[in-house]
Amino acid sequence: MTLHTFVTFGLYLTVLLVLAWPLGLYTARVLEGGKHPLSRLFGWLERGLFRLAGVKETDEQPWTRYALSFLVFNAAGLFLVYLLQRLQGVLPLNPAGLPAVSPHLAFNTAVSFATNTNWQSYGGETTMSHLTQMLGLTVQNFVSAAAGIAVFAAIARGFSRRKTGTVGSFWVDLTRSTLYVLLPLSFVLALALVSQGVVQTFSGKAEVPYLNPPGPETPTQTIALGPAASQVAIKQLGTNGGGFYNVNSAHPLENPTPLSSFLELLAILLIPAALCFTFGRMVKDDRQGRALLVAMTAIFVVFASVCALSEQRGNPVLTAAGVDQAASSTQGGGNMEGKEARFGVADSTLWATATTAASNGSVNSMHDSYTPLGGLMPLVLMQLGEVVFGGVGSGLYGMLVFALVAVFVSGLMVGRTPEYLGKKLEPHEMKMASLVILLPALGVLVGAALAVASPEAVSGLSNPGAHGFSQILYATSSAANNNGSAFAGLTANLPFTNTLLGILMLVGRYGAALPVLAIAGSLAKKGTVAAGAGTLPTHGPLFVTLLVGVVILVGALTFLPALALGPIVEALRLS
Amino acid sequence: MRTQPRSLFDPTLVRPALFAAFRKLDPRHQLRNPVMMVVWVGSAFTTLLFLQAAFGQGEAPAGFILAISLWLWFTVLFANFAEAMAESRGKAQAESLRKARSEVIAKRFIEDPLASGLPRKENGAPGAFFEPVEANGLVKGDFVLCEPGDFIPVDGEAVEGVASVDESAITGESAPVIRESGGDRSAVTGGTRVLSDWLVVRITAMPGETFLDRMIALVEGAKRKKTPNEIALDILLAGLTIVFLFATATLLPFSQFAVKQAGQGAPVPMTMLVALLVCLIPTTIGGLLSAIGIAGMDRMLRANVIATSGRAVEAAGDVSILLLDKTGTITLGNRQATTFIPAEGVTEEALADAAQLASLADETPEGRSIVVLAKEKFRIRERDVHGLSATFVPFSANTRMSGVDLADRKLRKGALDAIESWVAANGGRMPEGVRTAAQTVGRAGGTPLVVASESRVFGVVALKDIVKGGIKERFEEMRRIGIKTIMITGDNPLTAAAIAAEAGVDDFLAEATPEAKLKLIRQYQSEGHLVAMTGDGTNDAPALAQADVAVAMNTGTQAAKEAGNMVDLDSNPTKLLAVVEIGKQLLVTRGALTTFSLANDVAKYFAILPAAFLATYPELGALDVMRLHSPSSAVLSAVIFNALVIVVLIPLALKGVEYLPLPAAKLLSRNLLIYGAGGLVVPFVGIKVIDLLLTVLGI
Amino acid sequence: MNDLRPALVLLAAFTVLTGVVYPLAVTGLAHVAFPGKAGGSLVYVDGKPVASALVGQPFTDPALFWSRPSATSPAYAGGASSGSNLGPSNPALKTAVQERVATLRTADPSSAPVPVPVDLVTASGSGLDPHVSVAAALYQVPRVAKARGISEESLNAVVARHIEGRTLGLLGEPRVNVVALNLELMGRIPER
Repeated sequence: MTLHTFVTFGLYLTVLLVLAWPLGLYTARVLEGGKHPLSRLFGWLERGLFRLAGVKETDEQPWTRYALSFLVFNAAGLFLVYLLQRLQGVLPLNPAGLPAVSPHLAFNTAVSFATNTNWQSYGGETTMSHLTQMLGLTVQNFVSAAAGIAVFAAIARGFSRRKTGTVGSFWVDLTRSTLYVLLPLSFVLALALVSQGVVQTFSGKAEVPYLNPPGPETPTQTIALGPAASQVAIKQLGTNGGGFYNVNSAHPLENPTPLSSFLELLAILLIPAALCFTFGRMVKDDRQGRALLVAMTAIFVVFASVCALSEQRGNPVLTAAGVDQAASSTQGGGNMEGKEARFGVADSTLWATATTAASNGSVNSMHDSYTPLGGLMPLVLMQLGEVVFGGVGSGLYGMLVFALVAVFVSGLMVGRTPEYLGKKLEPHEMKMASLVILLPALGVLVGAALAVASPEAVSGLSNPGAHGFSQILYATSSAANNNGSAFAGLTANLPFTNTLLGILMLVGRYGAALPVLAIAGSLAKKGTVAAGAGTLPTHGPLFVTLLVGVVILVGALTFLPALALGPIVEALRLS
Repeated sequence: MRTQPRSLFDPTLVRPALFAAFRKLDPRHQLRNPVMMVVWVGSAFTTLLFLQAAFGQGEAPAGFILAISLWLWFTVLFANFAEAMAESRGKAQAESLRKARSEVIAKRFIEDPLASGLPRKENGAPGAFFEPVEANGLVKGDFVLCEPGDFIPVDGEAVEGVASVDESAITGESAPVIRESGGDRSAVTGGTRVLSDWLVVRITAMPGETFLDRMIALVEGAKRKKTPNEIALDILLAGLTIVFLFATATLLPFSQFAVKQAGQGAPVPMTMLVALLVCLIPTTIGGLLSAIGIAGMDRMLRANVIATSGRAVEAAGDVSILLLDKTGTITLGNRQATTFIPAEGVTEEALADAAQLASLADETPEGRSIVVLAKEKFRIRERDVHGLSATFVPFSANTRMSGVDLADRKLRKGALDAIESWVAANGGRMPEGVRTAAQTVGRAGGTPLVVASESRVFGVVALKDIVKGGIKERFEEMRRIGIKTIMITGDNPLTAAAIAAEAGVDDFLAEATPEAKLKLIRQYQSEGHLVAMTGDGTNDAPALAQADVAVAMNTGTQAAKEAGNMVDLDSNPTKLLAVVEIGKQLLVTRGALTTFSLANDVAKYFAILPAAFLATYPELGALDVMRLHSPSSAVLSAVIFNALVIVVLIPLALKGVEYLPLPAAKLLSRNLLIYGAGGLVVPFVGIKVIDLLLTVLGI
Repeated sequence: MNDLRPALVLLAAFTVLTGVVYPLAVTGLAHVAFPGKAGGSLVYVDGKPVASALVGQPFTDPALFWSRPSATSPAYAGGASSGSNLGPSNPALKTAVQERVATLRTADPSSAPVPVPVDLVTASGSGLDPHVSVAAALYQVPRVAKARGISEESLNAVVARHIEGRTLGLLGEPRVNVVALNLELMGRIPER
């Protein structure tokens, strides 16, 4: 790694953690219904919404009701997005006259946005009308993230409450997360991005004459424009990742400068990191949240570093072709295929690992063209279950499930039946925790197995050999873990692939969220066991190491065989 | 009951276990254990593959498939053997118990023997009106007479009489114990034998539900239910098994696709996939899990503690509060005289002499200890009470003094205020020095006895509780592992505080009443603690029922035994400490083997994956860090290692991982290092060694 | 279903709030605060837009600096961004790079022994990258100088003026905006 990479990583993590801390504490206050400046400013709006919706601020739901509300709300959103796509041809705000979206693509996209995945089987500029983008996709960017925060809030309450049957109100959590966390942050970030050159306009395009026209048939360059900044802000903050443009944040009008890239990159991990502090505050032990954050950061730093190392070393094939990939005072060097000159290896790899560590899925470089080991890192980060930061809310609740498993094994080793944060872990919790880990993993593997057996899915591959298999594995890993990034050479807009990936996204989202809510409910019912010298401390370096070990071991053991046939063999072949 | 410590692989245990291992091949038995069920199915499947290869077109050389198949069967057998070994120890013990339950003819009273005016036999026992009945013809509420040589037919309560009883069949202790009606020693156990005197026993248990029956059932593991923690671990292991099932099953389409993409090689054979699956699923812990649980109960048994459920054993590991009776647990049973503090103008020897005289007829342990102390310090010989023509004045609640009336003088010893008023009545007065000395002794946790002769006060004898040797260190150990010890005593707070300080307990409950005990337990439980206690009296029953781990003394009352979830056959209150350790050991063993089992997988991947895909992607040979001889020897070595490791770990599963009294974090890092890091490294070495052996042997 | 009312009401409310109010508010403020940037950072010469300062253009004239290869079709299609998505082991990547190296060496035979800066022969992620690395710009100086008939020194000075350093000295890579550089070479001065 070059000095520049070190500086970039160091600066990024420092600013991230410095910002996450206050945001986390603020979010805790929001979720606990405390007073804060924004509630004074927008309290009327919140109260008005509750009155309209027939929700009382003080209503408490048992986990089953909470889960039902979560599902009903998601189903309504999913249905709306589906309808908007199918009917966009006859609806207004369709200047380009785009036709109705095909049923399988509409299903895939609706699921994708409702599940906070934002897998895009379509090209952004060329498929969705402005109306669909605004009323369907942008709205889901907000509410799917808010729903993630809500589920997280429920399990945090499960840990902090004693002997109660309830875990909070989904409607209240959803509303407050949107109003007080996501909207204000997005607004500020969107304006900051415009200041860097991210477009924000309702005119569809601009035409400029080519300075050096490539041919007589194309005298002018069409530049697609639109309200990008407002969408980019929430897609980064809400770990959505669905870009305005086809190439997402690699596009110079979606991410024009290194500073805009830094801000967007911060936004990817900001809320997931902040929620760790929120968790510590909500369970009244700040150390617990910090320990989880340290575990996440440790895994992230290792993966990001390996990715950067591998990309900086470059592609041996290119060196053989007479290409200079070494870093020098005049170039960053490294494997630049699919990367932007203004970002170079450091910004690109940091983004690639952050976006897959979190379940964001936005990109500022093309992962498909990464070196095998460089591409392996984002792939594995997704397969670990989106728990290294992970999705807004969903990452932390996933990590908590891993913490339960780590505690279960290690708790036994200190001679106690296992407990985490004072809650005894019993068969019910282990059953649900196993489901959370099992379902996405099975989704990835079974999905990939179905895909390689389907001639249609295989026809979408753009790369031969082992890399072709990596493309499929990357797609199912991305979908089943609600990431949304892709080895983008894969043509996924095919009936079989769209349907398969849509189902995987559903499995990944609800296969994790529902068991987590069940855990929340059963934890809230339990009393708390007193901690003592015989209790396994879950905030020290030992537990952090153990947690990291469990996350890596479970991921590695599950996916090593599949990875061996993809990136690993490609790496061995290239070197 | 107390069997001779058998060596782990005692042939009398091994042989039946070997047979049982084969009997347990029955798939219905395997169904209880998802991990081993998968191995069983894998074994059966590879056997079919072998048959196909032997009699037709196989997917791999028949010899190779046969070798894999055989070792898979061995894996199942080894796990069965481990379970059978754990069970066999219990079975042997149950056998010796059953001998005690030989058919007994009981003497049942036809009329209520407690009615007054019944005729008496020579020995004083109620004389008539009983009929011989077979023990299993008795019902609750019947009264039976037990005389020397009689077996007590079923569990009951002595309602009249006192007898020495041989309980060695239950406790293994050959010294007879005293059972008497009333009080805390009234419970009698079926299968024990009256040695002298007689007892009238009211039957309190139905035949077949006696303590002995329950013990046999527990020991045999017939009613062994899985504990919540075992179930939770089972779920986790089943989850992992499913993950690996899919990880290996999907390898088939993946490898077919890889062959297409690479344009060379062949899809991975089913045999290899099954081998990989069995190596990956947690067979080590899965195969040993039930053995660990049974062995844990067995260790309790060898500590002479009967646990009514495995759950109670586990709970013992979680205990964070120990309630210990002062007397008998923390201190030796009785107070003892430690010093003579003479009044001004009195020699210590004169005081000792007077104290000894006053105590000569006092048969209480306290009184004896004064006599002994005087003898030790001043060689004052015991004098014969009768020779002195003395009259013994026993202690009464009224006077709160005891002593002796000699021809020439009266000697009394007693509490300060009692003696003071006695002395005053005789025209004397209490010297200030004696008063101060008495108060000092009291403050230090001792009991001051003032000795006086009518108007003359000799001084103070200090009695003290003697804290058991080594108990302080034990409590220190407990503190290190996060267990708080609380002393329960009827003493006043001052005395209690002094003893508590000397014994090093964390807290104490003075002037304890049954209600206060119950309240204390509830309070700790509401704070989230698990509480363990011992008890023997009927008045302990409510507290025992409330406590999470309740060890009843075998000498205790039936009520106490019913309320507790463990019975200590040795009736040794210190046993609670051992119980906690055994509970912890059980859990640690489970966790350690789970970690070991999972960590093992890494090496197995490195052995099998390159072997499985060598033809398609020769580059993957780089992953073969062990440089194994050939693909088939690599897979076979991994399978053999996987099977053998179960056998190698049987002693560990049965004996339990050594439990060290360390704080949780230290204990964890130690165990992680041994079983986690060890689990990573050992299979690399083991598989390589097996591969070398296979190569040398030319297999 | 007493969940239906809050579900529908809140979905509708958030649709209005986040789908309409929020983008409109951002747009309104952006147009007041950063009018040029919100509209695509267009560069005007003589009152007419000639390029976006942020979107690259293809250059084939040996007398101009060339941009990075683009995977859009046609190259630098501003309406349909795309990367090549060629895997590192894909033979097509090897062929494409070899061809690009050959083209550069043909255009300037004197450069033959010098390895080509990597960004000049690899497709950018967007296909619209306006920048090349400083090395890639300097690599082209001999060719452009020869074609324009000016000295390499003077051309180097022009390039140097267009080098954008790292933001705050920390972020991103030093680079040269090919569009801006070529505009100056073409003598077209953007309006401020």
